[in-house]
Amino acid sequence: MADDKDVLRDVWFGRIPTCFTLNQDEATEREAEPYYLLLPRVSYLTLVTDKVKKHFLKVMKAEDVGEMWFEYEGTPLKWHNPIGVLFDLHAFNTVLPWSITVHFKNFPDRDLLHCLSNTVVEAHFMSSIKEADALKHKSQVINDMQKKDHKQLWMGLQNDKFDQFWAMNRKLMEYPTEEEGFRYIPFRIYQTMSDRPFIQKLFRPVSPEGKVHTLGTLLKEMYPVALPNDGEQKLYQVVIHGIEPLLETPVQWLSEHLSHPDNFLHICIIPVPTE
Amino acid sequence: MPSSLLWAVDVHGRVYSLSTVGQQWELCRDAHLEFKRVTAAQQCCWGIGCDNSIYLNVHASDVPVRYKEESYENQRWNPVDGFSERLLPSDRWQWSDVTGLQHQPLDGFQLPSSSWEWEGDWYVDENFEGEPTEKGGWTYAVDFPATYTKDKKWNSCVRRRRWLRYRRYQAMDSWAKIPSQQTTLPDPFSDISCGGWEVSEEPRGRLSLWAVSLQGKVWYREGIQHHSPEGSVWEEVPLPGEVVQISCGPGDLLWAVLWEGQLIVREGIGRDCPKGTSWTVVDSPSPDVGAIHVSVGVNVVWAVTKDNKVWFRRGVNSHNPCGSGWISMVGEMIMVNVGLNDQVWGISCEDRAVSFRQGVTSSELSGKTWKIISLPRDGERSHSSASSHQSAGCFFSGEARGQSVVSDVESDTEKGATSDNPEPFSASVDQTFDPPKSRIPKVTSDSFISELVSDREPSKNIRDVTPAVLEEEEFTAPSAGGATPSPLDPQWSNVDLEEAQVQQPQPGPALESSDTCSLSSVATYTLALEDSYVADERPLWAWMSGGGCNVDSHSQISWFNCSINTSTLVQSVQSMTLSVTPAQTAAWRRQILEQLGERSKREMDNFKHYEQAVEQSVWVKKGSMQWWRDWKPNKWVDVQFALEQFSGPEGHKDGILFVYYNFYEEKKYLHAFINEITILVPVLNEAKHTFAIYTPQRTQQRWPIRLAAATELEMHDWLALLSVSCCDSRGIQGPPSKQAIWSITCKGDIFVSEPSPALEATPYPTPCDQMYWRQVGGHLRLVECNNTGVVWGIGYDHTAWVYTGGYGGGFFQGLSSSTDNIYTQTDVKNVYIYENQRWNPVTGYTSRGLPTDRYMWSDASGLHERTKTSTKPPSPQWTWVSDWAVDYGVSEGTDREGWQYAADFPASYHGYKTMKDFVRRRRWVRKCKLTTTGPWQEVPPIALSDVTILSCSAEGSVDVVPLWAISNKGDVLCRLGVTALTPAGTSWLHVGTDQAFKSISIGSTSQVWAIAKDGSAFYRGSVSAQRPAGDCWYHIPSPAKQKLKQVSVGLTSVYAVDENENLWYRQRVTPSYPQGSSWEHISNNVRKVSVGPLDQVWIIADKVQGSQGLSRGTVCHRLGVQTVTPKGQSWDYGIGGGWDHITVRGNSMEPTRLPSLTSTPIPALWSPLLDINAEANSSAT
Repeated sequence: MADDKDVLRDVWFGRIPTCFTLNQDEATEREAEPYYLLLPRVSYLTLVTDKVKKHFLKVMKAEDVGEMWFEYEGTPLKWHNPIGVLFDLHAFNTVLPWSITVHFKNFPDRDLLHCLSNTVVEAHFMSSIKEADALKHKSQVINDMQKKDHKQLWMGLQNDKFDQFWAMNRKLMEYPTEEEGFRYIPFRIYQTMSDRPFIQKLFRPVSPEGKVHTLGTLLKEMYPVALPNDGEQKLYQVVIHGIEPLLETPVQWLSEHLSHPDNFLHICIIPVPTE
Repeated sequence: MPSSLLWAVDVHGRVYSLSTVGQQWELCRDAHLEFKRVTAAQQCCWGIGCDNSIYLNVHASDVPVRYKEESYENQRWNPVDGFSERLLPSDRWQWSDVTGLQHQPLDGFQLPSSSWEWEGDWYVDENFEGEPTEKGGWTYAVDFPATYTKDKKWNSCVRRRRWLRYRRYQAMDSWAKIPSQQTTLPDPFSDISCGGWEVSEEPRGRLSLWAVSLQGKVWYREGIQHHSPEGSVWEEVPLPGEVVQISCGPGDLLWAVLWEGQLIVREGIGRDCPKGTSWTVVDSPSPDVGAIHVSVGVNVVWAVTKDNKVWFRRGVNSHNPCGSGWISMVGEMIMVNVGLNDQVWGISCEDRAVSFRQGVTSSELSGKTWKIISLPRDGERSHSSASSHQSAGCFFSGEARGQSVVSDVESDTEKGATSDNPEPFSASVDQTFDPPKSRIPKVTSDSFISELVSDREPSKNIRDVTPAVLEEEEFTAPSAGGATPSPLDPQWSNVDLEEAQVQQPQPGPALESSDTCSLSSVATYTLALEDSYVADERPLWAWMSGGGCNVDSHSQISWFNCSINTSTLVQSVQSMTLSVTPAQTAAWRRQILEQLGERSKREMDNFKHYEQAVEQSVWVKKGSMQWWRDWKPNKWVDVQFALEQFSGPEGHKDGILFVYYNFYEEKKYLHAFINEITILVPVLNEAKHTFAIYTPQRTQQRWPIRLAAATELEMHDWLALLSVSCCDSRGIQGPPSKQAIWSITCKGDIFVSEPSPALEATPYPTPCDQMYWRQVGGHLRLVECNNTGVVWGIGYDHTAWVYTGGYGGGFFQGLSSSTDNIYTQTDVKNVYIYENQRWNPVTGYTSRGLPTDRYMWSDASGLHERTKTSTKPPSPQWTWVSDWAVDYGVSEGTDREGWQYAADFPASYHGYKTMKDFVRRRRWVRKCKLTTTGPWQEVPPIALSDVTILSCSAEGSVDVVPLWAISNKGDVLCRLGVTALTPAGTSWLHVGTDQAFKSISIGSTSQVWAIAKDGSAFYRGSVSAQRPAGDCWYHIPSPAKQKLKQVSVGLTSVYAVDENENLWYRQRVTPSYPQGSSWEHISNNVRKVSVGPLDQVWIIADKVQGSQGLSRGTVCHRLGVQTVTPKGQSWDYGIGGGWDHITVRGNSMEPTRLPSLTSTPIPALWSPLLDINAEANSSAT
């Protein structure tokens, strides 16, 4: 029988085959070959695209190079969302590899945050973890950790070291025996159809009557539209890490096993593709 | 923690029990009996019936309570008749006890009570000091009394033999009446309390039972033992006043409440004096309001005053049983009861519900809040209690009463009860009540409550209840109770001495309500008004006892959460997951796993040629540690420690360990490749957090890399990390295989090694220093397995544990541990130190020794100083759970103060002083406890000292696996219902023996061998699948002048180890003569042996010398063991020292054989013929 650890491994080692092409408008000295890469679903675009940058810089003049940013079918990709979330949200039902356009000019300041070094990603990542722990344990666990422990979480993500990361992250996923789960579940619900970046509210894993909350209860409260009405055809897919968990899955379990390294459960609501 | 019971009595006198894993109150069997009070211990429950008799309910156990009666038959030789029963006039009785002083004819033995039965008839004991005697069992001597031998000599003038007969306590799980002593007990009991089982080290069963009589006297029940659960007689204990209620704690606390409202505390209770010596008076918590109830635990005292306020006594312990002051607690109770672990229950004043005190811990003994246990009673669901209440509320005609009482209990017997009136007391109750009195509904069926009634409807009522008998028997207040104030007189008016066994209202409470201030907790119950009472379906409790209920602040009790999540939550302690057992199989979980698999296929399978975005790099983890340096003088030096991990050529992770140190100002390092490391083993060290790293080379040297981390956490982090690295580099993951070899270190840590077919290969097996051992969580003293994955362990405290199939636990958390199948495990161990004294002519024995003497406080050897304050638990994992106490359980015996005497240090000690003794010592003991986690679940309730599991021969996959064990009392047990799927089995079958046993082993063809306490061996005949327990024991003498201590049986081989560490092989064992012929010496220097299902032989050797060090307790493998040479040739030395136990009984893996070397085909099946040849060969060589 498979273990729950297999879930953690599968989640961690999820990869999206990606084809990076340079934007047509970029001035190049010669034609740029597309660049193929397996991107870790749980990581961040700007953290894993050093190779892409190097590849394209070879064909560009240094003075033409601004801050690199990515776009998919006209949508600038927000690097501060995990790669898997970006893919599920924008390109879930499309043909692989995922084709991303690389830009080096006209940085869309209105849509994207600047990211000039990995320290920005680190700061963003750590603040997400802290926010999540504030929800889960009133920040008690993260505050009890030492600086080097924080570093271990970050280095684990940066170097794709599952064991290193989980040796520490395990502590963030525990909860006191007398409780039935975390205080609140750190989650974010994304949808393509709205301007709102995401939905995030306080939500407990168990009802005051002791009933276990499921993915279904979460959505019913947060985004009822996503749920199919009786007898009607399903309009939306609820996607986490590229899969559609059953609505009766307990949110506590989801939070422990299908959260991203930033400790948030990122849920994408996408319209069912029309054939 | 196994389930245990909470007991309670409702206002109708019905006794209910509530299991810690149950969710409803179960009505006790013998439902026709009604009770006033109960007091529980873990193995039994005592009660006072409404007929004023004392009842005992001993919980059934798989091991029966049995007692061996013995008598000696003595004969003398005379020239005419030879040996005959004609003795000289000066001789002893023809039938006597062992000393010959007591006349004991066989027909003079009587069963102590009707609760006992004989197991069989008298028979002659044919075992004499471990040696079988001639048929008839006679032993001979020159004269009485003298030394007996089993051989008749020319000068043997007398002989004797021992007759044995067992009796067995058969009244298990039912209320057995304790025969009353009419002559010494003039008045019936009104309160009872048992406890005191922690006062001495005696095995479970010894109890102190205290009772209070209606006249306020206190009685102590003598002689309650394991083999005498009923005790012998009541002894009166002198008092400073008159007692209404008493409470005895598990330890040495005993408090009682006086009529006047003060409390008295018994002092001087101890091992030698369980009754204590004197009373000390403690004032009531409140100056105006007297106490009415008290309950004590090990270190706590709770009391209730007449105004129902609850009080907690501060500062109570065994040195200061009186404590220091009262603290008022929240809540109004009619009674409180302290159970095991100082947990507290109460019955609330307002609604008579049982409440549990939450949050009671050893540091916060007073707890936090009361929480009501509101659970249904069994039977409530089955029929409408409303209707029965209805009838109860109506009229008290005889029929209606019968209905009301019985229908609640068991409707089936209803008719019988009313028509036949089998119980005198139930028949005599309230039949004559006339309708107007029905405003006290139902209560009258309970004599207990009818006491209350009696004062409202003064004595006329009573007479109504028990007509005829009572009227003439009125009794005036005895002047003996001098302290009794005159207003109390009416209480005696109803006491009927002769008819005490008949349903009889108790006078005590009767006076109280007339008095308005109630002295008895019982009387504080003001009867609910009729309507509320009738309408209320909740149970109204009158009394309860938690003395047998083993919960503590950590245990999850199922009483408070009725949701299905309970089991889930218990286990989620471990780390991450709500998804334990129920979730594992849940559809949503399966679906997630499936989808993740599909996702990987979809997104990755076709794109494997793509470059990875993140390159795998070397990961280095560094830290500071201390290292036991290689050169002399050896000492701990600070070093830097680093693990470099990288991906090996085949994707396996690999790594190197570095220890950077300074050698005379020069920076140096030593290293070890992760894939060479054979074990990471925590080392016993009372001060440092130490572990050792072995490689094959270092195993040969007997010199591991010894490291110490700054904190326990740091060591565990490192061990977990290194262990994962080692397992990764060897591609090992998940739980141990069924073939795994298990071993245990002297620290109690558990290790497994996966055997390969090459391990037992002939003639070139894998050297056993190359075996890789990984740790499994938990703490055990012994582990045994078979080849179908059934693994049992025994802790230092003799608790039996069964392996759950998980892995990890302990410090292996998160990824190196399975998420389910991991449970909390505890173990308790004794630490001993010795107090030494020398005699001098002036002051006698003093703690001033000669300058050459050992330390006055030392370890057993006397070489190391061990004082009470400086002695620490064996390692930082352990914490003290008791105080230092004198240990009287030393094998050579002690005097009353625990001293043993000798002529000088070190010498042989004896338990009495002689003229020649100039030194003495006594042993002090202190308990420490360890709590950890691991893939083990407790198998309650019987404590074990040995266990063995059948390994099925090659093809045989039997369903039910034979498992035998020895209890820590020496009983032989056979476990029923053990299969690979249910490794814990269901129950024990007790196999009778004439003496206690200490070791047992079952071979692959169901040959059961065992070692008795006297050092001789026994073979069990006719054990088969049809007769799992066999039929009889065959006595097999031990090797000459040696006492055997352990046995292990393989496919055909039988090996045993004696107390002088010799290893013996049993010769000429054949299927037709399975007992074999004699013992052949194989080796010395052996502590333990394990013979596998293919006759492979592994031992724990006492001493093994390596090139750099000596190791004690080393795993060794017998080389050259083959079908034709089952005794093997030589030893191969493996991991050690510090090993205590190994079992290879799971390894039934066929060894690889080099074809060229096995030119002679070896028959697959063993034949006796071959065996004889083998013997011939070996004796020829």
